[in-house]
Amino acid sequence: MKLKNYETVFVLTPVLTSEQTEGTITKFRNFLLEKEAELVHEEAIGLKKLAYPIQHKNTGIYHLIEFKAKPEVIATLEIAYKRDENIIRFLTFALDKDGTEYNEQKRNGTLQLKKHIEFEPKKEETA
Amino acid sequence: MTLINESIGKRHTKKKYCRFKKLGIKYIDYKNLDFLLRFLNEQGKILPRRISGNSLKYQKKVAQAVKRARHLALLPYVTDNLK
Repeated sequence: MKLKNYETVFVLTPVLTSEQTEGTITKFRNFLLEKEAELVHEEAIGLKKLAYPIQHKNTGIYHLIEFKAKPEVIATLEIAYKRDENIIRFLTFALDKDGTEYNEQKRNGTLQLKKHIEFEPKKEETA
Repeated sequence: MTLINESIGKRHTKKKYCRFKKLGIKYIDYKNLDFLLRFLNEQGKILPRRISGNSLKYQKKVAQAVKRARHLALLPYVTDNLK
């Protein structure tokens, strides 16, 4: 079976100790490895302010994993996320070829983000 | 005094174009918040195509990216003073 590219991000509660945080992250990393997934990239985004409160929390610890896996793995991964009380939010989605390329370039530092930033913002118009 | 209708306050406007097609941007990252903010109004709503000028293909991708960012609490669903 062909492996597909996925990206998953989860948000942990900020009340955990650093060992608990590390433990949860390792748990999901091992979970993916057990399911014969290939980890492509991992990024600890860290503590961030949430745009709106989730479960009465205003901050969260973000962690991102990019991996290749069989499509069946995703459902079990999401169930595992739901069962874990430390996780307050998660997102998993399939990366298309442009997304994979973008992430790869971002990692290598060859991404031309300037293009995005240099572009003049449009004049404000009220919708 | 002429009675010919003159267009009032209607200056020659630049033609809109899709910035993604023009710049060759293929993937819109939901984590790049500064970029996404260009497609939102102050209330955090997605700007319509008639204002942003995006082609349908990329407007859909913008919407997808914004929704992902909202789900992960990177962007608010509702607000009054974004930006």
